[in-house]
Amino acid sequence: MTEQAAVSTTVPTTVPTTVPAAAVPGFGKGPLAAASRAQRPGALRLGPVDLIPWTVIALVYLLWPGQAPFAAQVLVLILFALSLDLVLGHAGIVTLGHAAFFGLGAYTVGMLNVHLGWREPLTALAAGGAVAGAVGVLSGLLLLRYSGLPLLMLTLATSAMLLELANYRSDLTGGFDGLSGIDPAPLFGTVAFDFSGKTQLLYAAAVLLVCFVFVRRLTASPFGQTLRGIRDNRRRMEAVGTPVFGHLLAVYSVSALLAGISGALFAQVNAYVTLDVLSFERSGGVMVMLAIAGLARPYGAMTGATLYAVIEHYLANVSPEFWEFGLGVALILIVLFARGGLLPTIERQVARRSGRARQ
Amino acid sequence: MTGILELHGISLSFGGLKVAQSVDLRLDAGARHALIGPNGAGKTTLINLITGVLAPSSGSVRLNGIDVTRLSQGQRVKRGIVRTFQISQLFPTMSAVENVVMAIAERDGLARVFWRPLVRFDAAFDEAHLLLERVGLGPHALTPIVHLSYGRRRLVELAIALALKPRVLLLDEPAAGVPSLETDLILDCLAALESDIAILLIDHDMDLVFRFAREITVLVSGAVYAHGAPDEIARDPEVKTIYFGEAA
Repeated sequence: MTEQAAVSTTVPTTVPTTVPAAAVPGFGKGPLAAASRAQRPGALRLGPVDLIPWTVIALVYLLWPGQAPFAAQVLVLILFALSLDLVLGHAGIVTLGHAAFFGLGAYTVGMLNVHLGWREPLTALAAGGAVAGAVGVLSGLLLLRYSGLPLLMLTLATSAMLLELANYRSDLTGGFDGLSGIDPAPLFGTVAFDFSGKTQLLYAAAVLLVCFVFVRRLTASPFGQTLRGIRDNRRRMEAVGTPVFGHLLAVYSVSALLAGISGALFAQVNAYVTLDVLSFERSGGVMVMLAIAGLARPYGAMTGATLYAVIEHYLANVSPEFWEFGLGVALILIVLFARGGLLPTIERQVARRSGRARQ
Repeated sequence: MTGILELHGISLSFGGLKVAQSVDLRLDAGARHALIGPNGAGKTTLINLITGVLAPSSGSVRLNGIDVTRLSQGQRVKRGIVRTFQISQLFPTMSAVENVVMAIAERDGLARVFWRPLVRFDAAFDEAHLLLERVGLGPHALTPIVHLSYGRRRLVELAIALALKPRVLLLDEPAAGVPSLETDLILDCLAALESDIAILLIDHDMDLVFRFAREITVLVSGAVYAHGAPDEIARDPEVKTIYFGEAA
């Protein structure tokens, strides 16, 4: 990982080894540049690692086009996981109702398209994000006054109510049967969404890239660092004067907006929406994706969502009925043998190796 | 003449327990005031009332003559009421300088910046290094908190408080759990602070209190029991009985 230092963790064992005072000569005598800067958290140094996901997408597009529809699905999941990581990983807001925002984005696109004939994809995508973001602001004003288990219950209940509402207004949402026949207009009026799914893949990759860069910058910013401060020690941040509620509301709303965009993307890529987009399984599943990879890691959402989707995809082929058993086994193994998720475990191994190399 | 910080008739009860009983307290510019009292006398509660963690059931807190009783903790920090904690509240895996930078970012309103990486705020980092040098931690600025001694962690707490440009500094047992050698470091550091900062110190360490304070208030059961110069307090036989136990 090129960006280990970007993340403050609560686990003392993952601390990079101490820089002895002697290694940092001349502090206070003039510019405090190099040594200090290299130590700072949240450095946005791009390395070869940062090219991997986009190279993989390009390779799938060029060499394995048959998998384009599946790959587009994975990108949608990655974006959804990315939005949850902002609140869960960075801000420590535990929510089991994030599917509410995913579903709002998906139904916004679906209903605009099917009922109003609004087919232009980019504005529909923005509308999906805006609706989810607005609901995020309003629900956050109420829900974020709570934390821990009460918050978990409240977010769960809120998304369950939204699911029932969607079921009840089947005249608008298609109810149990869902909304089908979503047919986005060609991108920029020229590039059509087709049955091969190749356009969808590039479109999803472009949306993900924009959102990924945004989240990456946000988490490296002073705002992001303050969020992790609130997560790790709320009293300390209150004592330095941080308006904690305001910060939580801001990140919750941004996360809702991104989740809405991921849901909107889901509707456009799949051309249908069912009640499943609002389900508890979706809220729980995205949390599992982050648990697999590790919270508050730049590539946590990509790693977790990809693994989850690939495991699901192949296990479902092996056994359509019992694939979740295999997922359960994988999860138990990760919890038992990879504390904090796969990425933190790899980081610990790398730190141990490099520590040994220095001795 | 009004003091920088004034408490007027501050009272608070938790159920039947009176944790603050009509407390009056005044800190002038440059005050070096110590608050002592037996365990459970309500010393930390009083700090919480001054900083806005708790709201009093009656009475008022005034800063430079302006009523701040209704203001939030954050608003009071911005006006210069700053505290340290009895148990260090630091980010253990982060370096000392990163801990201080977070306070500077909040003070300067940078904590709302979401587009520019924190690492680019060179001025904030440079200032944090200077603050750590001021408290004698210059060589340890890049050391993660977990690798610092308890005394040095207290100094990081102090650097964070100083980053917030305090006019009133509330020190909740700054030397608790710190070996006596390091207590001297903390005292030296306090002695070197700007003379116009008003400091209220709470501690059990009588040696520390008498070396530091020019004025002492004794709190018993949430009420002011005695108030005066250190030598007056030291001579008061009733304070001796209450505070130092019957044996004294």
